[in-house]
Amino acid sequence: MSLRDNPLGELRVPLTWTAGIVFVVVLIASVAILLSDRREAFDTDEYGNPRTMTDKVMAPVGDALSTPGRLTGQGVEGVRGYFFAVSENRRLKAELENARQWRDVAIALRDTNERYRQILGLKTDPPIPMATARIVTDSRGPFANSRLANVGREAGVHPGNPVMSENGLVGRVVGVTDGASRVLMLTDVASRTPVMIDRTNARAILTGDGGPNPKLDYLRGVNAVKSGDRVLTSGDGGVFPRGLPVGVAVKGLDGRWRVVLASDKAAVDYVRILLFEDFTQIVNRAALDKAQVPPPTPGASTLPPPAPPAPKLQAPAAATSAPPPPAAATSTPPPRTATPPAKAAATPAPKAPVAKAPATKTPAPKARAEPE
Amino acid sequence: MTAGGARPLAPWRWLGLPMLAVMAATILFALPMRFYGYGLPEPIFALPVAFAWAVIRPSMLGPVCVMLLGLFLDLLWGAPTGFWAVCLLLPYGIVLGGRTMLQGQSQLMMIIWYAAATILTIGAGYLLTMLDTQSSPDPLSVFWQFLATIVLYPFANQLIERFEDADVRFR
Repeated sequence: MSLRDNPLGELRVPLTWTAGIVFVVVLIASVAILLSDRREAFDTDEYGNPRTMTDKVMAPVGDALSTPGRLTGQGVEGVRGYFFAVSENRRLKAELENARQWRDVAIALRDTNERYRQILGLKTDPPIPMATARIVTDSRGPFANSRLANVGREAGVHPGNPVMSENGLVGRVVGVTDGASRVLMLTDVASRTPVMIDRTNARAILTGDGGPNPKLDYLRGVNAVKSGDRVLTSGDGGVFPRGLPVGVAVKGLDGRWRVVLASDKAAVDYVRILLFEDFTQIVNRAALDKAQVPPPTPGASTLPPPAPPAPKLQAPAAATSAPPPPAAATSTPPPRTATPPAKAAATPAPKAPVAKAPATKTPAPKARAEPE
Repeated sequence: MTAGGARPLAPWRWLGLPMLAVMAATILFALPMRFYGYGLPEPIFALPVAFAWAVIRPSMLGPVCVMLLGLFLDLLWGAPTGFWAVCLLLPYGIVLGGRTMLQGQSQLMMIIWYAAATILTIGAGYLLTMLDTQSSPDPLSVFWQFLATIVLYPFANQLIERFEDADVRFR
């Protein structure tokens, strides 16, 4: 049957109307897609298959396309280094002189730190393995700030892993596939990072807004921050390890505290992805819930005096919760007897190191400030 | 022999090729390059094309292509899926609706319309981001993106000049 014979062949629909109907349908579909998006979940399945597929394709494409720019940049740096070798040498000598003073301070502090750890029986964090990656694409608009790194699942990268440049924290991984990871920058409007002010230990949430300097929200304490204070990750919440350098606090033009990111000192081309797993992800939570809560430490000044039945429990308590301090007390007698000789013998062991900790903590910043 | 003017406009010429050009330009500007310590701006290359498509003629493929471009931007830039599709479709629909008003207008009026479309796109993005993240994006960064996008008007004009009269049915 030809089109002319078809009864619907004479039916003419105005193109403007059909185009309008298609527009409405497409708009509804787009809104539905937007509403079904769940970007905030730290899970590759939630991150979405189209995204992982795009990242997988874009990583080698971006890598290949950025190669000429990268090689040109390296060439320019080489030429610049050749012509400015003398001034660079002078600058490096001055920096080395400064660094030597810092090294002496660092050695002294490390020694003090190790002694305190021994005395307190502290368990230090294990070293964090990391994977090195190159940034291959970069989005820096006001509504999305993310980058694609050319290392993925095969290197053990997981969603949530922190990402650092040589200068400081850059962001965290929000999506992983084979050969590519999507890094959400600290400046992204959806980024929230628990941080602390190094000088005062005050906590805040670093909130990205698409601009170069993220805000310090929920800042606790009075005069908790002043211009020039160093900002570090606090480790609260467990996504980031404690103490990663984030940047320096500054007062913004809008009157809010903001952070000049340490990673902005240089181009973020190579990054380290810390394969960090928080203890809450590692431990067996069911076993922890079953574990009995240890009884209070005998003689601790912060606790109320022990109730009558408590002394009966003191023997097993000493065997379970108290051993580290007494052990430390016996193993390192010289430093402890030097400062509080009488008290160490009279009062239980934990009290002496706990009381000493704040006193010894204050000189540290002074010592660090000396080289400046 | 058929007359050239009576020939219908092939979709790949006015939809397909500009779409590929926009994708290529967006990928190029998404490379991590710095000049004198400053990164490249991030203009919305898809906007001049979406604006021009709405002006040239109504089409059933036009909105679909705008949505595809938006989804491409979402996946490349890491925005929520559908974010740029919605942001680009809104000005496309407005311009398509006011197409009869735009016919025969001066360059200045066309630039004003394009600026309004850019404001609508970025304004929609601002509102959607506020709803999604419960915080407002930095106005200065938003302004820079607006500025980087508005200077792309010559591309929209070139596309309009080339294809506005290409299909006799829509002259």
